[in-house]
Amino acid sequence: MQRFPTFRKGGVHPDDKKSLSSPCAIERLPVPSELIVPLSQHLGAPASALKQKGETLDIGEKIGKASGFISADVHSPVAGLIKDIRKVTLANSVVCDAFVIAVDAKQPVKVWEEQPYAHLSGAQIISIVQDMGVVGTGGATFPTHVKLMVPKGKSVDALVVNGVECEPYLTADHRLMLEETDKVLQGVMIVAQAVSPKRIIIGVENNKPDAIEVLRNAVSQKGYPIDVVPLKVKYPQGDEKQLLKATIGREIPSGKLPIDVGALVLNVGTSFAVYEAVALRKPLIDRVVTVSGEAIASPKNIRTYVGTKVVDLLAYCGNPKERYEKMISGGPMMGFAFFDDQTPITKGSSGILVLDNQKELDAPTTACISCGRCVAVCPMGLQPTKLYKLIEHRRYEDAMKMNLMDCKECGCCAYTCPAHIPLVHGMKLGKKLGRK
Amino acid sequence: MEIPKLYVSSSPHLHDRPTTASIMWNVSIALAPAALWGVYAFGLRALLVLVVSIVSSVLVEFLLGKISKQFTITDGSAFLTGLLIGMNMPPSVPLFVPILASIFAITVAKWVFGGLGANWINPALAGRVFVFFSFTGLMSQYSLPRFVGSVDSVSQATMLTAMKMQIGEPAVQQLGSSAILESIAYPASRFGLSVSDSLNGIISPYTVDAFFGLIGGSLGEISAVLLIAGAIYLMVKKIITWHIPVCFLGTFSLLAWIFGGLRNGMGLFQGDFVLQLFSGGMMLGAFFMATDMVTSPTTKKGMVIFGVGIGFFTFLLRYFGSLPESVSLAIIIMNIFVPTIEKYVLPKRFGEVEKKTKSTKEANA
Ligand code: SF4
Ligand code: SF4
Repeated sequence: MQRFPTFRKGGVHPDDKKSLSSPCAIERLPVPSELIVPLSQHLGAPASALKQKGETLDIGEKIGKASGFISADVHSPVAGLIKDIRKVTLANSVVCDAFVIAVDAKQPVKVWEEQPYAHLSGAQIISIVQDMGVVGTGGATFPTHVKLMVPKGKSVDALVVNGVECEPYLTADHRLMLEETDKVLQGVMIVAQAVSPKRIIIGVENNKPDAIEVLRNAVSQKGYPIDVVPLKVKYPQGDEKQLLKATIGREIPSGKLPIDVGALVLNVGTSFAVYEAVALRKPLIDRVVTVSGEAIASPKNIRTYVGTKVVDLLAYCGNPKERYEKMISGGPMMGFAFFDDQTPITKGSSGILVLDNQKELDAPTTACISCGRCVAVCPMGLQPTKLYKLIEHRRYEDAMKMNLMDCKECGCCAYTCPAHIPLVHGMKLGKKLGRK
Repeated sequence: MEIPKLYVSSSPHLHDRPTTASIMWNVSIALAPAALWGVYAFGLRALLVLVVSIVSSVLVEFLLGKISKQFTITDGSAFLTGLLIGMNMPPSVPLFVPILASIFAITVAKWVFGGLGANWINPALAGRVFVFFSFTGLMSQYSLPRFVGSVDSVSQATMLTAMKMQIGEPAVQQLGSSAILESIAYPASRFGLSVSDSLNGIISPYTVDAFFGLIGGSLGEISAVLLIAGAIYLMVKKIITWHIPVCFLGTFSLLAWIFGGLRNGMGLFQGDFVLQLFSGGMMLGAFFMATDMVTSPTTKKGMVIFGVGIGFFTFLLRYFGSLPESVSLAIIIMNIFVPTIEKYVLPKRFGEVEKKTKSTKEANA
C-alpha cells in the first residue's frame, strides 16, 4: 500500500460528507435583483467607500478603497444603482458598512479577455493583484498582495498550493481543480512569476483522486514545474502549519509565518482568483460557493457574485427542508453559525451549510473526565483541558503562558470531547479577554 | 414557512458523538464477558455479589445526587464502579462487604472530592482496598471454580498466595512458579492438563488455567482471555489506548523475568512471568483500572510513565513485599503521582523544536 504523507501530531477524521456536492458541476446563479456588498470582506481594516448613495455602478467598478497596509479594495460585481449604504452583520459577526445595490435588470455583456502577462515583473503582478482586490478565498481572507510581498532578507523556497479543502461538506476548490484545472495552474504560475520559488507543490488529500489525476495530467501536458502531492486525509490539513508539515516537513515556529520557514501558501480558490485578476484583469467579484448540508434539497456548487444574499442561494437549491437547525458560513469545523438569511456572501465564503442534526449532537456538558482526547487530537500540541480550566477560573495570564495564542480554533478538541465541553468557545473567549 | 428554531453556537458544528455516558457503558460492556464468566465459574452466588455491588453503588450515587442536586446516575460511572467492585470480590464474600466497598467508593473516593472527574483515585479500587484491609480474612477466602473442585470448597488459596507461602521454603528452591504449584499438588483443571500435555508440557497446566479462567480468585479477574478480549474491544472503539496497559505489563514482565528468579535461589533472567501475568487481577488492573481516565495522565508520554511506574511497583510489591494486593496498591501509588506527571510532562508543542529540524533540513538541502 502506498503511504501518503500527512502531518504527525493530532488531528481528527470527521465524516467528510463531500459526496453530497462533489459530483455537482459548478453552476452560475442567475443575477439576483439585489446585492449587499460589504466593505469588510477581508482581514484587516475595512475599505473606505468610494461611492455614495444614488450613484450608478458599472461591472467591476471600484467601490471601496483599501484603507491600510492590511486591507483590500472592493468592486461592484454588477451594473446597478446604490440604493443604500448601511451597516450589516456578516456571518462571522463582523459589523461593517455595505452597499445595497439594486441590480439593473438588463446587465451589459462584459467579456473579460485574456491579456498577456508573461512580461510582467513581480511588482507589477502584485500591484494588479492588489488593484483587483484579491484576498485569500479559503476563509481567512488575508489580502493576497500583502502575502506576495516577500519581506526583505527572506525568500520563497517553496510555493505550496493548498488543494486540501479539509473541512467536511466543502467542494468548491475540488470543483475548481476539476473544471478550471488550467486556470488554477496558470494562477499558480503567475504567483510563481511574482515570488520566484525554488519549487512548487500542490497538496491534495487523496479523497479527491480525480482532482489529483486531472492536475497531474495538466501539469505534465503543459510542462509546469509543479509537483502534485497526494496527502492522507486528516483534518485540519488545510491549515497552513499542518500543510507545510505534511508537504515540506517544516514546522512554523509559534507566532511566526510561513515565510519564516521559506514557504508561501496559497489555496486553489485564491490561485484561480489570481489568474482572473492578472490574466483577465477581472476583479474578485464572484466566487464558487458550496451550498450543502443534510437540510438542503439539492446541494450545489454555485458560482455567484460577492454580495449575494444567502436566501437567494438557498432558493436556487430548492430551499431548505422543513426542519433545519443551523446555518453555517464556511465549514462545520471552523465556520460561523448565523441566523439571518439576508446575510451576504463575501470573498471568503467557501460554503453555506444548512444542517439538521444539531439537536442530536447537542449533548449536555458534563464534567471533564480527563480522558486526554483533546490533548491527543490538538494539532498544536496544546492541552485544551487545562487551558479551558484556567480560562474558566479567569486565569488568562496563565493560559497565555501555556500558549493559548497558538490555538487556531480548529475545533478538533471540542469535536472529540466526550464531556461536550465547549472548548473552542472557551479558547476564543480566553484569547479575547487575555489579550487586554 | 414557520420560522425554525436555529441553533447559533460556537464552532465546531460537528461532534465525534461519544459522550461520557457512552464511554462508561462501553467499558461496562467490555467487562461483561469476564463478569459473566465469573458467574458461570462460581455459580449464582457470584451473580448475587455483582448485583448487590452494582445496586448499592448506583443507590449511593443517587442519594448523594439528591443532596448535591445533581442527577448523575445516567452517566454510567456509578454502574461501572459497582460492576468493578463486584468483579473484585471473592465469589463467596458476605454481602455486606461489597455494600461497604460501594459506599466507600462512591462517597469517600468520589463524592467528597467533587464527583466524577475530580477524584484522584479510582473509586472501585479505593473500595476494594478499603474492604480488603478492613476484612482481610473475608477477602482472602476464595472458592475454587467449578472446573477444578466443588464450588463450596472455600478458603482455597489462590495460585499467587499458594506460591507466596511456599517461597522461601528450601523445598522449592530453584523451582519456577508452575513447578512450585506442582510440588504442593495445587489443583489444575482437566482442560489445562490436557492442553499442557498436547503441547508436551511447554506450557504448564496452571498457565493454561489462568489464561482461560479456570482458577480461583476474585470473581471477575480470573479469565485473562475474556478480559483481553474486552480490552481489545475498548481499543478498537478508541476508548483506551495501549500506552498504559502495555507499559505496565511490559515493565512488570521484564522485571519479573530479570529479577523474579532471585527470590528462590535462581539467577538473573530466570524469572517465570507468564503465569504471574495471567493471575492475581493483573489483567483486570492493567486494562480496566489503570486505564481509568480520570485518574491517569492525559498525555501519551505521561501515560507511558504512569504505566511503567505501575509495572515497577507491582513487581516490587508482589515479589518483595509482604502485602497482597500488589496491583491495586501499585495503581494507587501511581495515582498519587498523576498530578506531578501532568505538571511536568507536557505534550510537544507544534513548532517547538523548529530550530534544530530546520537547520538540519537546510544542511541536508
Ligand atoms: S481548537 Fe485550539 S486547542 Fe482545540 S485542538 Fe484546535 S488548536 Fe488545539
Ligand atoms: S476531551 Fe473533554 S473530557 Fe476529555 S480531557 Fe479534554 S476536556 Fe476533559
